[in-house]
Amino acid sequence: MYSCSDLKKGIKILIDGEPHVIVGFDFTKPGKGQSLYKCKLRNMVTGSLFDRTYRSGESFEPASLVESDMQFLYQDDSGYVFMDQKNYEQIVLTEDVLADDKYFLVDNMEVKVLMFGDRGIGLTLPIFVNLRVTVSDPWVKGDTAAGNNKPATVETGYNLQVPSFVDEGTLIQIDTRTGDYVTRVKE
Amino acid sequence: MAHFLTEKQDKLMQRARIIQRIRAFFIESGFLEVETPQRIPANAPETHIRPLASGDWQLQTSPELAMKRLLAAGYNNIFQISHCWRDAERGRKHLPEFTMLEWYRSHCDYTQLMSDCENLLRFLLPETELNYQGQRINLDQPFERLSVAEAFHRYTDTDPLSAIREDRFDELIAFSIEPRLGLTRPTLLYEYPAELASLARCKPGQPELAERFELYIAGLELANAFSELTDPKEQRLRFSMEMLKIPANNGRQTNLPEPFLSDLHRMPQAAGIALGVDRLVMLLTNSHSIDQVVAFTPEEL
Repeated sequence: MYSCSDLKKGIKILIDGEPHVIVGFDFTKPGKGQSLYKCKLRNMVTGSLFDRTYRSGESFEPASLVESDMQFLYQDDSGYVFMDQKNYEQIVLTEDVLADDKYFLVDNMEVKVLMFGDRGIGLTLPIFVNLRVTVSDPWVKGDTAAGNNKPATVETGYNLQVPSFVDEGTLIQIDTRTGDYVTRVKE
Repeated sequence: MAHFLTEKQDKLMQRARIIQRIRAFFIESGFLEVETPQRIPANAPETHIRPLASGDWQLQTSPELAMKRLLAAGYNNIFQISHCWRDAERGRKHLPEFTMLEWYRSHCDYTQLMSDCENLLRFLLPETELNYQGQRINLDQPFERLSVAEAFHRYTDTDPLSAIREDRFDELIAFSIEPRLGLTRPTLLYEYPAELASLARCKPGQPELAERFELYIAGLELANAFSELTDPKEQRLRFSMEMLKIPANNGRQTNLPEPFLSDLHRMPQAAGIALGVDRLVMLLTNSHSIDQVVAFTPEEL
């Protein structure tokens, strides 16, 4: 169990059975009054943010989370299906949990899934992913408004800006942390 | 990257000068500087202040009791700059070991200390305006006097006594009132509910109010002052009530500071104040965090 004096940014605690991470923390104690621990919390399942103030004497159950090595198998009506590399069990992550990460999943990709009990609540992708450009109009000469970039769509439906020389059908590398174009991939 | 102590050098030099100026102010005002032991058998019991044990004794949470025994022995105007310890207090404005300035005057009440605060701040900062974190605070005018009741009326939806009953007093002070105090000129927040001031005298004719004030500048709580309670019977009763409120797991002590209680009947009418030196240095050096104005935080040791 954690006590109030253990609270700080990055600590993960259970609230109503759900894992929450402290993303903002401030200790205060008005003149001769009680210690107040003002926390900004993020629900690690839903992503919702809220403030809560705790007082000394309260205790907290740590949220135990593990990261498992998994392989992305396929997407179907139930969601995105992954297989644990250790025990070959399959789990499903929903679109809500994945958010924009869903655009960077390719079949057989190796990822880390953040597990809360038997629930997958988050994903760590490889830093770089290669995806093929499916739609990108040729660059219009003289269109300098966007510099030398033009819009493109890749096979997963993700939209981004690419340099003017990238044609439809080109395999490109994307940085999953920023979602930005990195380079063309030689095939 | 420069070493953290190199980065602090300018602030620590300013800190040293500020402390020298504080001494000069009190010496010029006719005060005697005193030193009392920092390791003591018993602190004054306070519900929300947790002393640190030192063997069978404790480190002082404030030099208050020893200084009042000096008053009882006939010392009139005294001041002390000393280290104090309060367990588990750590934040932007808190260190578990910090530096406190306390001064006491006999034969006066807390209104005299309000003037002392005005004079001390003006002595330390000859400019008429202080700039703290983008907030401009005028020091030329008299400090604002705001009663706790007025502050609750102005900034909350309730009154102090209801807030205490609903166990919201501290939260409202910390989050709704404090951040709005002392923003254009320093604020003296005065007249606290009596149950929140176990060492303070009650207002004559209004026993529900204690003659206690706090000094705020730029939302920062700087000092806490009382007209001192001099009635030993009343003091023993208040200490006992305070001890009952301390949770058993919170370092509750079983012994009262008996030598202080037995000297108290000799203490003349007096007023005393404790001012956080580190916070004053934060304010005068425009520092966001207390970490910037001490050589070492606990984490840096």
